[in-house]
Amino acid sequence: MEHSKKHPGYNTYILVWLALLMFTSITVTIAGIDLGKYTLLIAMFIAAIKSALVINIFMHIKFEEKIFKVFLLLSGMTLLIIFVLTFSDFLFR
Amino acid sequence: MANAVAENYLQQSTNKYSGIKSWLLTTDHKKIGLMYLIAILFFFLVGVIIGLLMRLELIAPGKTIMDPQTYNSLFTLHGVIMIFLFIVPGLPAIFGNFFLPIQIGAKDVAFPRLNLLSWYVYMIGAILALVSLFLPGGPIDTGWTFYIPYSVRTSTNVSLAIFAAFVLGFSSILTGINFVTTVHRLRAPGMNFFKMPLFVWATYATAWIQIIATPVVGITILLVIIERAFGVGIFDPALGGDPVLYQHMFWIYSHPAVYIMILPAMGVVSEIIPTFSRRTIFGYNAIAMSSLAIAFIGYLVWAHHMFTSGMSDTARWVFSLLTFIVALPSGVKVFNWVATMYKGSIDPQPPFLWVMSFIFLFSIGGLTGLVLGSLATDIHVHDTYFVVAHFHYVMFGGTGTIFFAGLHYWFPKMFGKMYNLKLSKIAVALFFIGFNLLYFPKFILGYMGMPRRYYDYLPQFESLQKISTFGSWILGGTIFFIVGYLIHALIKGKKATSNPWGGVTLEWHIASPPIQENFEVIPTITHKPYDFSQLKEMKNE
Repeated sequence: MEHSKKHPGYNTYILVWLALLMFTSITVTIAGIDLGKYTLLIAMFIAAIKSALVINIFMHIKFEEKIFKVFLLLSGMTLLIIFVLTFSDFLFR
Repeated sequence: MANAVAENYLQQSTNKYSGIKSWLLTTDHKKIGLMYLIAILFFFLVGVIIGLLMRLELIAPGKTIMDPQTYNSLFTLHGVIMIFLFIVPGLPAIFGNFFLPIQIGAKDVAFPRLNLLSWYVYMIGAILALVSLFLPGGPIDTGWTFYIPYSVRTSTNVSLAIFAAFVLGFSSILTGINFVTTVHRLRAPGMNFFKMPLFVWATYATAWIQIIATPVVGITILLVIIERAFGVGIFDPALGGDPVLYQHMFWIYSHPAVYIMILPAMGVVSEIIPTFSRRTIFGYNAIAMSSLAIAFIGYLVWAHHMFTSGMSDTARWVFSLLTFIVALPSGVKVFNWVATMYKGSIDPQPPFLWVMSFIFLFSIGGLTGLVLGSLATDIHVHDTYFVVAHFHYVMFGGTGTIFFAGLHYWFPKMFGKMYNLKLSKIAVALFFIGFNLLYFPKFILGYMGMPRRYYDYLPQFESLQKISTFGSWILGGTIFFIVGYLIHALIKGKKATSNPWGGVTLEWHIASPPIQENFEVIPTITHKPYDFSQLKEMKNE
């Protein structure tokens, strides 16, 4: 396959995996601390970093054609809009 | 006709089989479209019969022909069948499959086998829904929206029935992916985006919604099944869950789904009006862009179904405001259609008459939508017959009417036979009368306070309920009358010419019925889609 030109080696994959494990343990630790309304914000922030790592490295989007990135951005933006509008209910109840 | 000997797609096979197998294993987009037509028409008629039974029950207060639990199941089934089996797949799967490739000058869709798979997935979903009726536990009785907490508590077969909806969603996604790819990759030489017929534009916008919105309902349905099986407490308030979250997630799909239903219908209208007005469409770009605008804004309005469900005040005014914005692109379309007819040479054939009743019924449906979109008035009429009347005017008066318009417009092309024009004109008139008799009283009943989904009612509602039931007989009878004369035309109808209406989009350039790969030579597009100066050249062909 011609698109597999610059795939990272095993070292990178293991590093990313360790980073994901670290973020997961941070999420679990934070869940035990009462941060009030910031709990959700921080959990979402960590989840966003983790999915960025998975999508870019494990799912190879970083090395793919532009069209894949455009489509991903489109669905990401849709998700973001859905979140923002749902929170216009949740945060103001 | 250049080649009278050439066989049409009905006689040819894309595989080595003949007879029923040549259909069940076909990859021809036209045959798949017809297979969808047969299946969808069957379920539509089942939905109609259930509707007639419900109306018969309501002809008088108290028990008439069924008990309350049966009534609860029937209104749920009527909704599930009409939404998931008829109106969501209806126009894209039948007419989109058949005409989208032809209208852009392609031999087939981009993924013909995926197309066939989508039909099988649809049938599996439909069969699962039917099976859920007869298993112990009994048919689902939650209403088609499956609202929590009742859908978690009821002992009826909720899990299987909503799993059927989950499966049907996959069929929808596959069709969407196929159409987007087809439009991007398979347009004939010269067919740029702004030379595409408006039906293609509308189906293209619909396909995007199918791809992006349908997964949300898939996730929601899975969560409900998990909630029922394991009681994890995502939605159930007794376990610390949030039932309003369920409503958000359900409507995040189901409101865009409303546009999956209506956008292709708007596309068909944009085909029929120019053909029977002999005039190019007014505001081509505006109509094309308004399809995309409706698809986009349709994502942002879902919570207007939830004004009385305990949302925050902020969310209420935000969603009310956004809802009013959708009226703009819809208005753009209606005004452009009417402007197209201005100074046109109008030929009032049956498809055009169907479109005229569409504009009337859809406008009533659309304008009463504004009553429901306004916060203050919605509180009064929420969950009453007013809502029932509104969405029947939009969905049935809109998409349902255009299903018949499209069928009458493209029937000669699909089958090469012509139906009786006089009978079909009578049918439009009867449909229009029956429709208004059935649904208009519901606006008044709703305003007077008659709640939806109730088995019984107060004596003061009786006369309007009776008028409504009377209307259902006219409407139901007309639908069976239409199916009857179309089947008769199929068997004994006169042979149709290749261009009976004088249309100029690509499907009217080829034989009726079309040959297997549509075109003998892939055309090169030089004209705008509704350029009627082509008619002279076409007559010389």
